[in-house]
Amino acid sequence: MEYLREVLTRQVGGYDQLPEVLQIFLPMLLACLLCLGLVALIPLIAIWAERKVSAHMQDRLGPMRVGGWHGWAQTIADGVKLLLKEDIIPAQADRLLFKLAPLVVFAGGFAAFVVLPFGESFIVSDLNIGVLYIAAISSLGVVGIIMAGWASNNKYALFGGMRAAAQIVSYEIPTVLAILTVVIPVGSLSMQEIVKAQSGSVFNWFIFQPVTFLAFWIVFLGTLAEVNRTPFDIPEAESELVAGYHTEYSGMRFAFFFLAEYANMFLVSALATTLFLGGWHGPGFLPGPVWFILKAMALVFVQMWLRWTLPRLRVDQLMHVSWKVLLPIAFVLVLAAGTLALI
Amino acid sequence: MQVEAYAGEEMVLNMGPQHPSTHGVLRLELETDGEIVRNVIPHIGYLHRCFEKHAEKVDYPGVIPFCDRMDYIASMNNSLGYALAVEKLMDLEVNERVKTLRVLMAELNRIASHLLSVGTYAMDIGSFTPFLHCFREREKILDLFEWLCGARLLYNYNWVGGVSHDIPDGFEAKTREFLGQFEPVIAELDKLLSYNKIFLERTANVGIISEEQALSHNVTGPNLRGSGIAWDLRREEPYCGYDTYDFEVPVGLGEYGPLGSCWDRYYVRVREMEQSLGLIRQALDRLPEGDVQEHIPRRVRPAKNEVYDRTETPRGELGYYVVSDGGLIPFRVKVKSPCFTVLSLLPAIARGGMVADIIAIIGSIDIVMGEIDR
Repeated sequence: MEYLREVLTRQVGGYDQLPEVLQIFLPMLLACLLCLGLVALIPLIAIWAERKVSAHMQDRLGPMRVGGWHGWAQTIADGVKLLLKEDIIPAQADRLLFKLAPLVVFAGGFAAFVVLPFGESFIVSDLNIGVLYIAAISSLGVVGIIMAGWASNNKYALFGGMRAAAQIVSYEIPTVLAILTVVIPVGSLSMQEIVKAQSGSVFNWFIFQPVTFLAFWIVFLGTLAEVNRTPFDIPEAESELVAGYHTEYSGMRFAFFFLAEYANMFLVSALATTLFLGGWHGPGFLPGPVWFILKAMALVFVQMWLRWTLPRLRVDQLMHVSWKVLLPIAFVLVLAAGTLALI
Repeated sequence: MQVEAYAGEEMVLNMGPQHPSTHGVLRLELETDGEIVRNVIPHIGYLHRCFEKHAEKVDYPGVIPFCDRMDYIASMNNSLGYALAVEKLMDLEVNERVKTLRVLMAELNRIASHLLSVGTYAMDIGSFTPFLHCFREREKILDLFEWLCGARLLYNYNWVGGVSHDIPDGFEAKTREFLGQFEPVIAELDKLLSYNKIFLERTANVGIISEEQALSHNVTGPNLRGSGIAWDLRREEPYCGYDTYDFEVPVGLGEYGPLGSCWDRYYVRVREMEQSLGLIRQALDRLPEGDVQEHIPRRVRPAKNEVYDRTETPRGELGYYVVSDGGLIPFRVKVKSPCFTVLSLLPAIARGGMVADIIAIIGSIDIVMGEIDR
């Protein structure tokens, strides 16, 4: 943001003549708009990509008509359709919570974009507790999910909400522990510091180092569960719970849940990219932000690939994986990382 | 699973009749304690179309389209049972070509039915891709049927004394082509789904039907064979010359858990598709010459008598009890449904499982509500 302000001061005539408040406020607004644009644009691309990926895995074509080239405008058309739909709130629902829930879920994903280091100077705010901030703010989504499940006054939605809460809380723990194995050698929670620690050659990326290599898989699985993707998609398990916590939602409110899901998919992939895949580092022929988005999108693709290949776990098996498999491994990894740091 | 540790207050969850995975319009009343199901009460009758009453109002051949509509997934097999029952009632013998064609179509239809069962089962467990792969293959069989008799789902093909159409030119080659390309798909299905770790976790320890339970509830078909009992009417009481074909009766072996689990039933269906492939090949190889309609009586008027005949449909033993009073219209047609008997076992095997297990069990017993309600 400081960089943005500097650019504005240099490039825009008379910018430094503006009142001090505006000088601070305008870059903030611009950064916010940029974030919002990304949060809206990335899911649009990801949803289209998911439909294409799933279609090709299933011997279909997927959307082909809207917009001409391979149906690229399908998601936009769907979005417009959802906007125009009637806004239905069940009669017995808790109206306030029902309306608030999609916004809370969406805000959680949106706020986390603030600390994503897209490039060397392409970051809204390089907080010195960036990693912690992401872990905290992305858990806000679960509050929204419980709100949705409770407020819908539907048993399936309630089941979905409860499952989501249990699942996200359990998977948060191994994930954060695994993230610690990166934080320990870097010695900082700032996202940019973590990326800079991986500069130089590809082999400085944390995924190519023994302890953090294992941690990468824990983070990947844990975040997969946090965004409720197959094989951990039990909160919205279609064949059991109809649509889980968003069973009663329609129109734009449903679209918010949908956007949030895909924004979160990108978010956790971007987090893994920052922590383990060298962030925006990459060969010089492409700029940093492009590398960052490419790497994150590659992880998003892996998530889609898994979704269209694997069946779904059961609730107790899911808990088993988190508490009895991932958590002990994560503890051992933290110990190993600590020992290595001491030596 | 230590379910007692989580005991709490009970909640009644109404699953169906409009639910993505109750396979039609089945309604289940679940008494749940958190995720654990304390009791299951199935409610049926949402698809009741008065089959048996209709059968008393139309002439003998006129019942066949109603038979098709019972188990609409396996119409060829349904009408076959009825046609055989009426032929038995009339002491009518059909020629070899008709018999072979009936076997051919029944087995093609069996593959189509099992594909749907296996595919939707994959979807119930949460895996979407095998579902579409299965439907892609099923579509090819439906195309063959459409070519054969003009209908894709409800064929009215097996008539009393013959079949409605002889196979068109080139049908044999096209069927062989399908068989050739379908065989690797089964291997692919095994790799993608059958031996998938998560799929095994979800199904191999769930919904166990013991041998005794299966026999006492008259469970039949793949569900019975999943419990390890090699009983197949095609083998035990051959009809349409099944005794002259070479095929095996796959049974559940309990390789990945207790015998009679959901996985065993699923796996029996996959293996049965392979056996059906062999049966179709043999039928195509021997296909004798003949007129498929030469024995069709101009007027079906059986003497006063009654008969019970049963055949092996993809879902199990389908029995027709046909009573004639000597007139043109059947006095009574009673159907013994294989799905109904296995559904009666659902509460016993589902109790104490989790909500997700209910889905796994319903999918694995492969019921069609059209046949239960009729």
